[in-house]
Amino acid sequence: MDSKTGVYICSGCDIDQAMDVEELAKVASKECKVPVSKTHPVLCSEDGVKLLKEDREKEGVNRFMIAACSQRFHETTFDMGEENIVVRAPIREYVAWTQKTRDESGEVDEDTQLAGEEYIQMYTAKLKKHGIPQPFEQDTSKKLLVIGGGVSGMTAATEAANAGYSVDLVEKKGHLGGFCLDEHKLIPSRAPFSEPEINYVSAIVSTVEENKLIKVHTSSFVNSISGQPGEFQVKLNQQGKIEKFKCGAVIMATGSQPYDTAKLSHLGINYDNVVSSAEFEQMAKSENILRKDGKPALNVGFIQCAGSRTPDHLPYCSGTCCMDSLKQAAYIREQNPEAKAHIIYRDIRTPGLYENFYRSRQDDPGVFLTQGDVVGVKETTDKKIAVEVDNTLFGEPVNFEMDLLVLAVGQVPSTLSGESALNLEYRQGPDLPELKYGYPDSHFICFPYETRRTGIYAVGSVRQPMDINDAKLDATGAAMKAIQSMELTDQGKTVHPRVGDQTFPEFALSRCTSCKRCTEECPFGVLEEDEKGTPFPNAARCRSCGVCMGSCPVQIISFKDSSPTIFKEMMTSIEMPDEFDEKPRILIFACENDALPVFDMAAMNRLKINTNVRIMPMRCLGGLNLIYVTDALSYGYDGIMFMGCAYGDDYQCHFVNGSQLANTRLSKVQETIGRLNLEPERVRQYAISMNDYERLPKIIDDFVEELDDFGPNPFKGM
Amino acid sequence: MIKEHGKILVIGGGISGITTALEASEIGQDVVLVEKSPTLGGRVSGFHQYFPKLCPPTCGLEINYRRLRANPHIQIHTNSEVLSLSGDAGNFKVKIRKNPTFVNEKCVACDHCTAVCPSERSNDFNEGMNKTKAIFLPNNMAYPPRYVVDRPACEPGCSKCVEACKYGAIDLDMQVEEIEIQVASVVIATGWKPYDAKKLKNMGFSSVPNVINNIMMERISSVSGPTKGKILRPSDQKPVESIAFVQCAGSRDENHLPYCSSICCLGSLKHANYVMEQNPDAKIYIFYIDIRTPGKYEDFVVKVQAKPNVNMIKGKVAKITAGENGGVLVEAENILNLEKVRLDVDMVVLATGMEPNLKGQDRIAGIELDENGFVPMELQQQGIFSTGVAKWPADVNSSIQDSTGAALKAIQTSIGN
Repeated sequence: MDSKTGVYICSGCDIDQAMDVEELAKVASKECKVPVSKTHPVLCSEDGVKLLKEDREKEGVNRFMIAACSQRFHETTFDMGEENIVVRAPIREYVAWTQKTRDESGEVDEDTQLAGEEYIQMYTAKLKKHGIPQPFEQDTSKKLLVIGGGVSGMTAATEAANAGYSVDLVEKKGHLGGFCLDEHKLIPSRAPFSEPEINYVSAIVSTVEENKLIKVHTSSFVNSISGQPGEFQVKLNQQGKIEKFKCGAVIMATGSQPYDTAKLSHLGINYDNVVSSAEFEQMAKSENILRKDGKPALNVGFIQCAGSRTPDHLPYCSGTCCMDSLKQAAYIREQNPEAKAHIIYRDIRTPGLYENFYRSRQDDPGVFLTQGDVVGVKETTDKKIAVEVDNTLFGEPVNFEMDLLVLAVGQVPSTLSGESALNLEYRQGPDLPELKYGYPDSHFICFPYETRRTGIYAVGSVRQPMDINDAKLDATGAAMKAIQSMELTDQGKTVHPRVGDQTFPEFALSRCTSCKRCTEECPFGVLEEDEKGTPFPNAARCRSCGVCMGSCPVQIISFKDSSPTIFKEMMTSIEMPDEFDEKPRILIFACENDALPVFDMAAMNRLKINTNVRIMPMRCLGGLNLIYVTDALSYGYDGIMFMGCAYGDDYQCHFVNGSQLANTRLSKVQETIGRLNLEPERVRQYAISMNDYERLPKIIDDFVEELDDFGPNPFKGM
Repeated sequence: MIKEHGKILVIGGGISGITTALEASEIGQDVVLVEKSPTLGGRVSGFHQYFPKLCPPTCGLEINYRRLRANPHIQIHTNSEVLSLSGDAGNFKVKIRKNPTFVNEKCVACDHCTAVCPSERSNDFNEGMNKTKAIFLPNNMAYPPRYVVDRPACEPGCSKCVEACKYGAIDLDMQVEEIEIQVASVVIATGWKPYDAKKLKNMGFSSVPNVINNIMMERISSVSGPTKGKILRPSDQKPVESIAFVQCAGSRDENHLPYCSSICCLGSLKHANYVMEQNPDAKIYIFYIDIRTPGKYEDFVVKVQAKPNVNMIKGKVAKITAGENGGVLVEAENILNLEKVRLDVDMVVLATGMEPNLKGQDRIAGIELDENGFVPMELQQQGIFSTGVAKWPADVNSSIQDSTGAALKAIQTSIGN
């Protein structure tokens, strides 16, 4: 179908108080040569939308450039249907609300008007190069693979099945149940949260085994997973026999192990009457809370944080041991009312309603709680255990003598066991990338299921330290995300954070130099490569961030709505003011997640933004291709600002390391800029967060001021 | 299959409700989201940063709002309340009252109305620490981005805003509207409010100047707050050079909130960081019973505690009184060395806990709450789920995790209905 472009300029929201919109319309028809160019007093009104739709029906306009408010407003108002492309030029925010308005005599400011005209040119140029997004179609499976048959895995399987999805549940051991199956009792899961609960894990096992949608594979492990979401190819090893099947998404629920007590000799683990919390659980289960010599243990001590919250062992808190020891104290009291429990702790961590469980134990006169630091554990001649505690509420070091001492140890994720649970056949490795301490957790507060391998979710105590109650909730959430991934993949759309996006990277492979940068830098392991090193994309793994596009030194990667060509067309669409005009031009590339909305915030607060900057949106700074820098500088732009999120340990990039990659690439281009006899400071990257709108005008002014010292870009007009 | 599902009603448009609605709808499930205030976003929209990453909550909200804007399956009713709920799992009748905002969808957020508005109101978004005009945008991130009129704050007979609006967006005669809908399942995500610190004896809240609660601290630190993010003490706008945090203010206390809210330790550590970021020499005192930073949050307490000016004191604060020149006197006992502590600081933050918004209310007919005001989990059998702090005290991360699961539970109930 022939494309027909219409430019529609809104004069509402004070746009006409800053610019002559009829002149803008003339620029669209004369300079941009579009066949349809119109203005309207309120484009978002019923009447305005009617105008757009009439032009679509009667004039055959199928590409719409809406120069009005930002994309963050009226997205659906200006939706012109799937076959038609809409590009928004936010002249309300970038010009009308942040630049000089008409003077007292009603004259528009020259620079403001120019800003408006240049934005019309830039965004019309962008529109002309847009393609129509196409869903990525494939023959998908909506079957879920769950690896790990403990409480997390069983819950995920059951919850998905209860929503109508088929599940293959794989367990390494000969039976389902996992770690919690063997627990004597469980911590309370519901109000009033005051007493241990009867172990219900075997009931969960039965529910799973009876569920017709769940196929259980015990004594099995995953030999390999290849392919991509919607069409993962799974090879299962069941006692040497290989079974192959296809699945749509994967949940990894391989759990954790207790910390290895052998490493805790300083806490007396080698003494007869010192046991780990896991061992004590079994003693209680068999109602044998005894010393090694068979005598009843009447004084049982617990050392909390045994090997936890210390740089020598586990630096983190497992968040479960306080509740576990309180539970075990209850066993002691229940099985022998004469026996006493004595818990030595640093901080009792019973958050939320668990406080009731703590209070119930505090109310028991046979449970003693002492805050302090254990400084020594010794065995006495009669094989009792002497524990010396400092920094107690008693003011001075105290000694306790115990019949039996329990070391409350934390959790270690199964990822550290040395065996891969997923065995992904991905160029970037067989496992989910780990965040910290072996946990393949999401890095995001707002998005706990943000995974680095699309369609594959870690859940339960392998994702982060957690107890059984959290694990059940976590597994339900992960099942939701896995279902979502399968459904969106089936529709050929991208998952979080660009949910529903239908643009995928396209490779002009005939020009590929097999340099492997894209395959190495893709944060989601989308790209495999053949023996020559030519990239092979797996579109369903893709999150459409554009990092590959930024990495390619020969610019062969593009998206329908974002590409090196589009950026070049945008930046060269304006007539560069010459060096005597005293109108420098600065390009700002702003990440759509964080930096771009900051300009809207500044506009809403009517902060004045330097009139010489021109803003271009990017999906992520990771899409920064060095050609943009050389293209812009050789066209005569005086400086370039790249605005994205902060990187480092607390990185905020939802595509993992986009802003960091941008920084690395820019450090490489600085030398090239120097060779052109240009000042490297003309190009700079800024970490901008949503909270920075008050600072934004000054950041830009400072940069422009610095450029002033360098004088105009000598490439202007060349 | 999804097309045959009944709708899900989500009550509450904070981060839990938004998450539930989005996660369910992104597989095509229809959702009705009801929020009582004029904007979505809830508590998190007022926070300066999240612990432990110290990133702005507006970033995640922005992504979620982008998801909402593009989503055809969610029907949003802001400024609305659920009046009644009847029926059973699979078939609930819901009455919703849409309270008038006096501004319709023609509003373009151009701000002309506030320029002519002669009246002011206390700004609830900033915990009453400054004012807005009687017609106002709830906050920078308001969703929908539409102004609202606080009708009782208007001057009688005034209609200046109506005349100033070029878009016909203001209708001061807008009436209450009641609608009835049918849904298959319900998720309650009504959230929380800070425990009323006025109920705490000897803590000086509202009687001693410069004693604030932790939510006010968020607003004081936020760029969209009353001081544009400068941490100044309220009485005289002096930069804060010393600050004391009182943990468990009204929490873990049978006379107030018997439970632990699980966020206040991390909250105060985060606030200490806010202060140090603006003034690295500021003296910081944190009075606590147990520091509760489970899981990987442990790294955060280790990091903050290592700062030279951070003093963690295990002890309970006995009394807070006014000092000289706007200072605040804090009396406490260090229970590790039994010494009496007496401090004169610029500002005191009471780390108050979370009280469920539903406590003491009977907003949703037929739903009985537990003694603390949380929604009992037993209601799940009846197709009524709860998530976030409506269910139990929880931080943002685990509320979102829970809300993602709640979406699936609600979908299960809505299948075939």
